Amino acid sequence: MNETETMKEKEMVDAQAGPADPIMDPPASPSATATVDAKAKRIDAEDLNIYYGDFLAVKDCSVNIHPNKVTALIGSSGCGKSTFLRSLNRMHELIDGARVEGKVLLDGTDIYARNMDPVLVRQQIGMVFQQPNPFPTMSIYENTAAGLRLNRKKTKKTELDGIVERSLTGAHLWDEVKDRLDKPAGGLSGGQQQRLCIARATAIEPEVLLMDEPCSALDPIATLAIEDLINELKKRFTIVIVTHNMQQAARASDYTGFFNIEKSGDPGVLVEIDETEKIFSNPRLKETEDYVSGRFG
Amino acid sequence: MSAGPISAPEAPGSGKAIRRPGDRVFSGLAIAAGLTILIVLAGVAIFLIGEAWPAITAPVSDLPDGKSLIHYIWPLVFGTLLSSTIAIIIAVPMAIAVALFTSHIAPKAISMSVSYLVDLLAAIPSIIYGIWGIAVLGPASVPVTQWLSDHFGFIPFFDGPASTTGRTMLVAGLVLALMILPIVCAVAREVFQQTPKGLQESALALGATRWEMIRMVVLPFGRSAVVAGSMLGLGRALGETMAVTIILSVTGTITFDLISSENPSTIAANIALQFPESSGLDVNVLIATGLVLFAITLAVNMFARTIISRREAAGGR
Ligand SMILES: Nc1ncnc2c1ncn2[C@@H]1O[C@H](COP(=O)(O)OP(=O)(O)OP(=O)(O)O)[C@@H](O)[C@H]1O
Ligand SMILES: [Mg+2]
Repeated sequence: MNETETMKEKEMVDAQAGPADPIMDPPASPSATATVDAKAKRIDAEDLNIYYGDFLAVKDCSVNIHPNKVTALIGSSGCGKSTFLRSLNRMHELIDGARVEGKVLLDGTDIYARNMDPVLVRQQIGMVFQQPNPFPTMSIYENTAAGLRLNRKKTKKTELDGIVERSLTGAHLWDEVKDRLDKPAGGLSGGQQQRLCIARATAIEPEVLLMDEPCSALDPIATLAIEDLINELKKRFTIVIVTHNMQQAARASDYTGFFNIEKSGDPGVLVEIDETEKIFSNPRLKETEDYVSGRFG
Repeated sequence: MSAGPISAPEAPGSGKAIRRPGDRVFSGLAIAAGLTILIVLAGVAIFLIGEAWPAITAPVSDLPDGKSLIHYIWPLVFGTLLSSTIAIIIAVPMAIAVALFTSHIAPKAISMSVSYLVDLLAAIPSIIYGIWGIAVLGPASVPVTQWLSDHFGFIPFFDGPASTTGRTMLVAGLVLALMILPIVCAVAREVFQQTPKGLQESALALGATRWEMIRMVVLPFGRSAVVAGSMLGLGRALGETMAVTIILSVTGTITFDLISSENPSTIAANIALQFPESSGLDVNVLIATGLVLFAITLAVNMFARTIISRREAAGGR
């Protein structure tokens, strides 16, 4: 019933005229169970230093994020997970004085290259936030279609209907809202609103989906629903999720990265990233083990 | 909607709820303040109606120029509405543009100084606006209005003949627009700035450009406030006296021609001009026009309120 079609038009690659198909080494997958419906893009960060003004928030971060996998980022509060995540789709620079040094490669194309339009980057790398925040003045339908109405793309009404239905179905929300698509989105429950936000983000068919603690405002049932959904979504998207919930990282992700911070005021550092199983059973570092097992100071 | 036993809000007729002394004092004060406002409002209305009554009931032959009251008031109402409409049409888009510029587009330093300058506009006394209008803007408008009447004379607004002094409805409306710009702009700016960060970021994260983000999130969020601010501005424009009195060359003609020297007066300007020299029934007639102005501003306010509450009910914030 989930009619996810392969409908990825990789516009930016054409526009960028970059190397046709760069580094394509499929990593040894820990859970080879999930099938891939559409090949998404990979992200490689190289020597990222992320600043708020003079304050270095994340230091020397290099990481490969594999396509069609879920990468979880964990670590204590204030160690730079959100900062790092927001630097991956150029949301970071929206803050006054904030800047990024280093490279972020989306399938080999540097999103921080001089001639790169941040708007194009964000169309390819979508984001779901901690607080569910549907547009309050728009209906459920309008919310889902919001991204499609942008960007000078003309979409036919029937086509739009199809995408809205597919996105809402993909977000496991269709059955709950199909009879009230024209009602304000504010009338949905928190969990429904968050799924609507996911539908909204996926409707524009990005390559990568960044999620910053998407479940922290939700109850356990809604949380599980979203985790199921994430598992579905990785067939079509590359997913990076920040979470404070160890079980969630263990359940929902293929890779886990652990951010740590020496002491407050120091920059956050990505100290270890590996297959989730490895991080939770046999991490390389003592501090990682302490953190995932809950023995963290 | 089922209420718990402890925090149950008082159901109708369920007896007295427990209230703390502080709450009681506060609500007493609030009620007193509310009542005072109501009493003042009612007092003004009663005074106006009482004083206008002789004019309303007087035979037509006793009224100024032997015209019926309606005939006397209608050109004034027309002039009042026309000048205010021009002011609103010019001021609101400008105010929105300036508010967006200062809240979302300009860098901080520039936006602060622009906001400051716009706020300064509000501090200029209306008499100064009037003098400036007649001494500077009016003469400066003459070539423009001349050109308008030459080339766009087929539009009723620019029918002409263009005034040679610039004491036209267009100039009066422009000056009024400048006078109400700060209030509309301040209200709009405050609300635009309060647009939730999360909404703005979601729009941008969907790949919206800054302008698309503004259209998608900021404007809908601020819409009812812009309406409210515009109504405040309209209220000021309707009642504005000094500037219009000085600028407008008045003949009492009802016309949509904005650039000629024949113009209807406005209620407020007419009262200011006539009142010192009036006595007897003429005073009552002027007060009757004041009553009409009072009714118009009340209606404008109520209209604004319904718009705002309707938007709120429709799921806005
Ligand atoms: N807008 C900002 N301006 C300046 N410093 C900021 C800003 N946002 C975050 N920081 C700082 O950057 C560091 C990393 O913050 P970040 O929000 O990335 O942490 P986090 O790992 O996401 O924490 P949490 O788990 O609590 O969400 C913190 O020291 C924080 O104080
Ligand atoms: Mg965070």
